[in-house]
Amino acid sequence: MHYLLEPGLLASGPVRTALLTGAVVAIASGVIGVFAVTRGQSFAGHSLADVAAAGGAGAFLAGLNQFWGFLAAGIAAAGLMEAAGVQRRRGRDVATGVVLGAALGAAALFLYLGTLRTATTGAAFTVLFGSIFVIGPGTVPALIASGAVAVIAVCLLARVLLLASLSPDLARARGVNVRLVGALYLIALAISVSLAAVAIGAVLSTALLIGPAATALRVTRTPVRAMAGAAAIGLAATWLGIVLAYDSYYWPPRGHGWPVSFFVVALVLAGYLLSYARRPRRLAPRSPHEGAECSPA
Amino acid sequence: MTQEVTRPVSGQRATRQTAERAELLELRGIGVRLGGRQVLGDVTFAIRKGEFAGLIGPNGAGKTTLLRVILGLQEPSGGQVLVHGEPREKRGGRGKGNKSGIGYVPQKLVIDPDMPLRARDVVSLGLDGHRLGFAFPSRQRRELVDKALRDVGAEKYADARVGELSGGEQQRVLIAHALISRPRLLLLDEPLANLDLKSEQEIVAVLGRLVREHEISVLLSAHDMNPLLRVMDRIVYVANGKVATGSTDEVVTSEGLTRLYGHHVDVVRVRGRVLVVAGE
Repeated sequence: MHYLLEPGLLASGPVRTALLTGAVVAIASGVIGVFAVTRGQSFAGHSLADVAAAGGAGAFLAGLNQFWGFLAAGIAAAGLMEAAGVQRRRGRDVATGVVLGAALGAAALFLYLGTLRTATTGAAFTVLFGSIFVIGPGTVPALIASGAVAVIAVCLLARVLLLASLSPDLARARGVNVRLVGALYLIALAISVSLAAVAIGAVLSTALLIGPAATALRVTRTPVRAMAGAAAIGLAATWLGIVLAYDSYYWPPRGHGWPVSFFVVALVLAGYLLSYARRPRRLAPRSPHEGAECSPA
Repeated sequence: MTQEVTRPVSGQRATRQTAERAELLELRGIGVRLGGRQVLGDVTFAIRKGEFAGLIGPNGAGKTTLLRVILGLQEPSGGQVLVHGEPREKRGGRGKGNKSGIGYVPQKLVIDPDMPLRARDVVSLGLDGHRLGFAFPSRQRRELVDKALRDVGAEKYADARVGELSGGEQQRVLIAHALISRPRLLLLDEPLANLDLKSEQEIVAVLGRLVREHEISVLLSAHDMNPLLRVMDRIVYVANGKVATGSTDEVVTSEGLTRLYGHHVDVVRVRGRVLVVAGE
């Protein structure tokens, strides 16, 4: 017989570190994810994650902290995507897609070589699916600082991002440098993806980025509430996921905890499905001119 | 320069036009090249204070391009745009929001129903959406937003999500968004496209009232001039890369439009409506 919240839970160092970093990751992912959804850049977020995986794998191969690998590769990818025209409606998917296969291929190579060298087979799992319980305490300040920078930047840009999502021309006509704002947002997105990659893995980081945001956007009507809601939902899923993963040590197969990432992603999905129960949609009539606002005349 | 045309006008419009004759917006010899192709050449016209002008022409004639030039979003290959008699600064006064005094309602937007903006949030963005940080709610802001929404008759759905509104309702909200910064000139890109007949008439009525009551000028693009015939003070007809301007009666004639299009067209008037038909 045991309890879900065991007395020893909070006394454990790795659990406390996990809860702290989980909170940072969830809040950053939620706040930044809201704009990924409204800007239609979920795919861009996923692509950044794939490239970050290559960075994380490269860092593992070089014997460096994986977070810096995620971050460096993510920001480099954001710059590359911006240069390749990711802001343009048509170019976005193609330019992003082109980079992806190569990135995951590189990740496979780095992980293989790294495993040969160090004989630690867990690294592939850690890079791809996360390992929030084995984050070194030394990395925590870097995670918190990066998360804070990204969240503050996106909060500062919030109004401009909303105006530009409504209509890029509307923002441009008011003197907004839409391209610069888009590039800054992509960097913030890369930071938040790198954070999520540390917590629940590069491959799954999109779930934490998009899921809570999409759920919050379904049940709130204003940007501030959507951002706060997404952060709260992400936080709840992450913390509950950590507690369940800790508890799963007693689940079959006994003596082996289940991965945190599984619980977090499952809870995020459950929240999203629940949001469908809440509000019937009234769809606005669609225009045949969809996507035409960029074309002249 | 286009010749200034004085025309017989009905009652209230005559008094308004004589009140101030200064040109609010003037385009002088504007040419535009897009992708190496001359889209517009030597476009010259002016709009006065308090005038309701229709930018009319077939699809693809360059109406949106012309509006983008006026807004500073498209660099012309030649010519000048004057606002209040002075050359307009690039890009709406970079970083300064709406200093040029031009409000803009873009072509029909596709707004996702999940966009976390209520109608009132969209209008509020019209006040200072170009600034950094969040807009802190205040009574003054709320009053301004409420007033702009009332001016366009959109107060009923002020708290609805903008993505869930109908096309006509979204147009009103976007007009309020443009209106809240108190522009002298309102540019609207095809605001009547894809609207049902009733919404179309309502939008035209709202704009007509704004011109009368707020002393602002309107330049509205449309491929069909008929919904605007009763409110238009001036028509700017775009075709074949050129414009003709004046009153509807002067511009929309078989001879005039044949000259503009460069091929024969017939203008047919049926019970107060105008049809432009390609001839032969």
